[in-house]
Amino acid sequence: MLNIQYFASIREAVGQSSEQLLIPESVRTVADLVHHLAQRGQAWQQLDDNTQVLIAVNQQVADRSALLHGDEEVAFFPPMTGG
Amino acid sequence: MSENAQQPHLHISVQTNDFDLAAEYGLARQQSVNPGAIVCFSGLVRDVTQGQMHTGEQQTLTLEHYPGMTEQALTTIAQKAAVRWPLQAIRIIHRVGTLLPTDQIVLVVTSSAHRSAAFEAAEFIMDYLKTSAPFWKKQVAGAHSEWVASRESDYRAAERWTSVD
Repeated sequence: MLNIQYFASIREAVGQSSEQLLIPESVRTVADLVHHLAQRGQAWQQLDDNTQVLIAVNQQVADRSALLHGDEEVAFFPPMTGG
Repeated sequence: MSENAQQPHLHISVQTNDFDLAAEYGLARQQSVNPGAIVCFSGLVRDVTQGQMHTGEQQTLTLEHYPGMTEQALTTIAQKAAVRWPLQAIRIIHRVGTLLPTDQIVLVVTSSAHRSAAFEAAEFIMDYLKTSAPFWKKQVAGAHSEWVASRESDYRAAERWTSVD
């Protein structure tokens, strides 16, 4: 199972902070996962369309070509604004 | 090189409660072997509604973060600073939760034998903290709330450290 986390404006847009997801075999990369989630509707499409959405795999910032095995922690969030 | 051989004492904390600048300075001083300079930077919550909003309602700032990744990202930033400058102690505290204007939000303390290293390392840590530690700010004033947008100038500030290498 993937453990997916959503933060800040992304969390509010998709209406949840986390979920466990069993991904189909066709999902092999972060880009595949994003396409898969985008099918859920308009709020989810921004994960695919908005290049400002950042992604972390196992708590390290990753790009969309990162490979997934299905047991990672994947997080979606906007650009960071701490400090 | 020899000055860098010793690992600095490292303290990272993400917390809701406030911090005491004097106490943190004292700890950094204690933990340093032969400090010649200690730089303390504290960031405060600005009142961004001043002069532009009508409401008169209290503005608050709520900070969200990614538990686990945040501590890891701050540790990585501190370690990068320790490779670059001969530091003896590094303390980073970042508050989360709901804060009010003038509240303390972030603290960076660096100690070194010489002031230039302590100054530069503190600035380096802050520049990277702003763009690569997973914190997000939301401003709330009355019924109006919005997520703070990231700033291009913060990215440029972090990038200047890479051009030196």
